[in-house]
Amino acid sequence: MLMFVLRRIGAGIVLLFVISSVTFILLYVGSGDIARNILGQQATQEDVALKKEQLGLNRPLLTQYFDWLGNALHGDLGSSWFTGEEVTSGITSRVAVTLSLVIGAIVVTALIATVLGVWAAVRHGWVDKVVQAVTILGFAIPGFLIAVGLVLVFAINLQWFDPTGYISFTDDPTGWLKTVTLPVVALAIGGIASVANQVRGSVTDVLRRDYVRTLRSRGLPFNRVVFKHALRNAGSPALAVLGVQFVGLLGGAVIVERVFAIPGLGDIAVGATSQGDVPMVMGLVVAIATIVVVVNLIIDLLQGWLNPKVRLS
Amino acid sequence: MTEPNPLVDPVHVQDAHLVQAATHQPQRTASLFKRLVKSPTGLFSLVVLALIALSAIFAPLLAPADPNYSSIGDVLGPPAPGHPLGFDGSGRDVLSRLLFAGRFSLAGALLTLVIAAVVGVITGLIAGYYHGWFDSVSSWVAGLIMAMPAIVLLLAARSVLGPSMWTAMAIFGVLISPAFFRLVYASVTAVRNELYVDAARVSGLSDVRIIVRHILTVVRAPVIIQSAMILGIAIAIQSGLEFLGLGDMSIPTWGTMLNDGFPNMYTDARLVLWPSLVIALVCVALIMLANTMRDLLERSGGQRRRRRGKPAAERPADPKKVAIVTHTDDEHTRQLAGETLLEVRDLSIGYDQPDKTVRNVVHDVSLTVQRGEVHGLIGESGSGKTQTAFAIMGLLPDGGHITGGAITFEGQEIANAPEKELTKLRGRKIAYIPQEPMSNLDPAFTIGSQLVEPMRVNLKISKQDATRRALDLLAKVGIPNPERTFAAYPHQVSGGMAQRVLIAGAVSCEPDLLIADEPTTALDVTVQAEVLELLRALEDEFHMAVILVTHNFGVVADVCDRVSVMRNGRVVESGPVRSIFYGAEHEYTRSLLADILEEEHARGPLVTASVPAQAKPVGPRSQIGSSS
Repeated sequence: MLMFVLRRIGAGIVLLFVISSVTFILLYVGSGDIARNILGQQATQEDVALKKEQLGLNRPLLTQYFDWLGNALHGDLGSSWFTGEEVTSGITSRVAVTLSLVIGAIVVTALIATVLGVWAAVRHGWVDKVVQAVTILGFAIPGFLIAVGLVLVFAINLQWFDPTGYISFTDDPTGWLKTVTLPVVALAIGGIASVANQVRGSVTDVLRRDYVRTLRSRGLPFNRVVFKHALRNAGSPALAVLGVQFVGLLGGAVIVERVFAIPGLGDIAVGATSQGDVPMVMGLVVAIATIVVVVNLIIDLLQGWLNPKVRLS
Repeated sequence: MTEPNPLVDPVHVQDAHLVQAATHQPQRTASLFKRLVKSPTGLFSLVVLALIALSAIFAPLLAPADPNYSSIGDVLGPPAPGHPLGFDGSGRDVLSRLLFAGRFSLAGALLTLVIAAVVGVITGLIAGYYHGWFDSVSSWVAGLIMAMPAIVLLLAARSVLGPSMWTAMAIFGVLISPAFFRLVYASVTAVRNELYVDAARVSGLSDVRIIVRHILTVVRAPVIIQSAMILGIAIAIQSGLEFLGLGDMSIPTWGTMLNDGFPNMYTDARLVLWPSLVIALVCVALIMLANTMRDLLERSGGQRRRRRGKPAAERPADPKKVAIVTHTDDEHTRQLAGETLLEVRDLSIGYDQPDKTVRNVVHDVSLTVQRGEVHGLIGESGSGKTQTAFAIMGLLPDGGHITGGAITFEGQEIANAPEKELTKLRGRKIAYIPQEPMSNLDPAFTIGSQLVEPMRVNLKISKQDATRRALDLLAKVGIPNPERTFAAYPHQVSGGMAQRVLIAGAVSCEPDLLIADEPTTALDVTVQAEVLELLRALEDEFHMAVILVTHNFGVVADVCDRVSVMRNGRVVESGPVRSIFYGAEHEYTRSLLADILEEEHARGPLVTASVPAQAKPVGPRSQIGSSS
């Protein structure tokens, strides 16, 4: 098990390194005119050159890269070209907001998808058909459209929730719930569709296995066999899909945050992207990649817990 | 989540299904379109998509106004004559913009699709067909791309490349290409070693010809299905980016219209509503189309597979109903004569067919089992003996049910009894030993916990007591180190050990009836004899009745008191094992007997009349042995 964990951590670090390196090189190669963009069209040639020097853009690419990498390893991701804000603090101040949305959405997804998937697999018939139809809709309609629809109905027409804004959980738990409910629902619907489909498929598959019949022949009630044995065996593929969903949710959060004007990573992403604020964008990519690596590691650990073959190999 | 759900996972999850379906049915692609038009969801999706595509193509003819002409006086104006959907925030005609936006949105999505398909299919073909270093590298890169949210990478690209919709969609094509890569890779890997591909290779066809002729036909259908998915995802991503205001605002697309309408949403939802509806409609139609195509492929591919898996007893039964040969009790079986434990009368079992009919696989089977009796149920595979055993436990596979007759256990009618009643009987009264040891242990739990759990449920004993009993049982079934096996997972023990564990589990709650379904078939010859010996010892110790399902007369001779011979879902002959051995009347029984005698010929002639009259063993065991 220890070797397994170490190997996964190693793979995660390689992934993080490759993604940040490739992104860095592509971003900095493409950022030629950035000094002029910052200063505006009226700036003189000399001013532009000076700005380039200030930003360190006149140095060879590899020097810039190793410089950045060295600082990044110390937790310093540079500072914004436009506002001078430190990238690291800018991201850490917002990452909690995004994570609270995404984690909320993934928990909701896992719970509801499991219930729906098992229900469809066990009951067949109309339940199965309804679940399948709903999952197609949830799967096909882009999340931010669902978000817009939720705002229209529940915030503007019914006024059950605040349409925009974010209240931190530590400030006011009920306020937090009021502000995150709609975004979490918007984010979760697509995930529920995919994961429920996967759960349905794998539970159906497991229920046809020989050992399910044998366990039932021992006098274990059907529900117990489904929830203890079938679900655990069906858990592996469902968990894999959940991991993929998490990656998707991170991307989705960027857009959904915008709909609800929530000050998370999406806020930085949109601002930095439209300005061409390369250090911020770079920091964002590193932050997202780190989250992805950590989540994948958690998923791997859960897989090991679910599946003794993984754990003991 | 615009991209999340679709983005990677449908691809991922559905790969397996698509590949399976496609490799089973390479030739069906042509008729796929016809069947698609016949299904309601398929037709609906195609009509919606065709209408939207046509309205985009003919936008210049259909649009009432210039999509970019702003009339300042009409800003946010309501519907007016000639402007059925009103005006947007810049005083432009909404309907015209919607129509023209279709051109750019669809073209952008098509650009993504073309790039993704070209990159993904070609790399997938090469990696899947040749393997080697290219395979490792490209699979790794595909995994790398899939690890990051596409929208974040697109934002990063946008920050240096500027707001071009075309650039963004082209990059997205590359980012989503692993979807095609994985699909094609899996399909090619599945068929590259098929006989017909080997044959083509041997006959000297060049690799390119083989790929074009044999492999492209296999990947065509899955790629078409995947394409519909990718188009939907591309539209979602594109409108998502533009909704964020990161697109090219100078061209009308559904996404830029959303972005334009969003600030006014709180006063006038209309401007958000129209593009939202169109985007949702297109995405739903595309995904529904993909799903319908996949279902059609799967259904045609799946049926064949299922048929192969079904019991061969589906073969039509003997046209003329053969009379059952019943032998009367001999002196040995008369000694058994106790209380009747199980009585099966005229049992019929049927399976639901896709066309809603029910097809019987077991017909009018009757058998009686007394306490302490070992009853052999013999016949070739597919004769319905296992189905009969499952029916007694109420554990027929999906779609199977008892269509006639009665099963009485200890005086209680249990055919079609409620699940609750059956659960009470199973384990406590009726237990089961399966045929294939490894597939009958739950791989996710330790052997010990699988033994302890039923004992705790059935006997209501504490965990410590159950553990102690389980260890005793493991020792009793001849497992050398019970503690170690108790803590092991099923994949850590051998087949023979696993079968002993299953036997221990079956007898753990001291049942009255043990149903053993070919308990030795999957084992090595040496282990077979030991397991039979064990069964007999346990039967003696617990005074159980046993139904022994087997295709092996040697096993019957070894341990049974009575035997019922089954063929094509019917019992053809039944009686005390010795009467059948020495006086088989049905020709089928005789042929089964002749088979084993032939096999065993080298061991010398069958000793007939001189078997000493002892209670057990019954049959001419030493002569016939326990071969399989």
